[in-house]
Amino acid sequence: MIAGNLAAALVPMASGGGFTPPGPADFDLPPIVGGITKPMVMIVLSAVLIFAVTYAASRKAAIVPGRLQYAGEWAYGGVRNGIARDIIGTEHYMKFVPYLFTLFAFVLVNNYFGLIPLIQFPTFSHSGYAYGLAALSWLLYNGVGIWKHGFLGYMKHTCIPAGVRGPVLLLIAPLEFLSNILVRPVTLALRLFANMFAGHLLLILFALGGEYLLFEAFSPINAVGGVLAWVMFFGVSALELLVMFLQAYVFTLLTAMYVSGAVADEH
Amino acid sequence: MRESIQAAGELNPLIPHVSEIILGAAVFLVLLLAIRKFVVPNFEKAFAERTAAIEGGLSAAETKQAEADAKLAELEKQLADARHEAARIREEAREQGAVIVSEMREQAQAEASRIVEHGKSQIEAERQQAVNSLRVEVGTLATTLAGRIVGESLDDDGRQGRVVERFLADLEAGTPGVN
Repeated sequence: MIAGNLAAALVPMASGGGFTPPGPADFDLPPIVGGITKPMVMIVLSAVLIFAVTYAASRKAAIVPGRLQYAGEWAYGGVRNGIARDIIGTEHYMKFVPYLFTLFAFVLVNNYFGLIPLIQFPTFSHSGYAYGLAALSWLLYNGVGIWKHGFLGYMKHTCIPAGVRGPVLLLIAPLEFLSNILVRPVTLALRLFANMFAGHLLLILFALGGEYLLFEAFSPINAVGGVLAWVMFFGVSALELLVMFLQAYVFTLLTAMYVSGAVADEH
Repeated sequence: MRESIQAAGELNPLIPHVSEIILGAAVFLVLLLAIRKFVVPNFEKAFAERTAAIEGGLSAAETKQAEADAKLAELEKQLADARHEAARIREEAREQGAVIVSEMREQAQAEASRIVEHGKSQIEAERQQAVNSLRVEVGTLATTLAGRIVGESLDDDGRQGRVVERFLADLEAGTPGVN
């Protein structure tokens, strides 16, 4: 979001010299064939890649793992133990490991598509994909809560914090409902989408801006600015490496926390 | 929806394409099912087998250790028994040796005293024999002497008397060196 604001702030300065700043239109890629767009191909490709790699890594299930199996176990074990078990607890976590592991891998690979040469487009910068995943996580944690506590029990569990009694509930309960049921999926989706969108926009801005300054509006000062813009491009790319991982991790972590809250016993 | 946004003049990235929501969720669900069916069980199998292998190895090592300890204790016990046995045998041998030595000493003593006794009685018997033969000889000698004295010089009273007296004195003393 901050990066988006920064881009917006930079745009007027550049636009004075005939430079067309990148905007949302740059994300609206033309279809490849018929109604099929690049993100559609990418999201299917990501699923195929993830399944192929994880299946190849897990197929042998050897007691002494090879390199690929070791790497697969490292990733799987990280989500399984570091996220699912630690947050949901040893009693229920195994049921949610497949979902959380798939979620983490899916978001991670689609994010890193943004930096992989020739692909270079983060799938989740199209908000629809982020909404879809957030909706699934919303269905999961609410479904689990209703399965565990019953519908009314779950509503009570979610909307009434432990130890709160009396008229103040009139204020607290709607707020809790709003926060836990309505706002959560929106923030989950927007956080992912906005980070990917803004990061990619920033990369486009530095790449195209540097190119414009160096080749179309050449002057000694502009050349320095252009080189700086390209240096920034590399800096932001490095930052994006971190952000892309973090967004995958946070999405998975928050889903695990929502599930954990839903399956928790009465306080 | 897309046309309406474009009609508004600017794309709003927050407004999604419905097709992308559906496609994203569907692809994710397919991947989830595939991973749940084909990948997770394999990883879990590897984890479980590894845990079992480690635990099995540990318990096997414990068993081996216990066996080794038992064996060691047994051997130590055997060693102590053997030492004890050896000491007992040595003690017994010493006792037996002492008994044998004292027996031998007694036997030797008895033998020695027997030999001494035998020698003494032999000497006594020989002496007796000598005394007997001496008596016989003294009688003969006395007779012979008396004959000579009588035949040779009866006139010399004094000499005759001295000879007889000395002879008799010698005889009575029993000295074998007389003859």
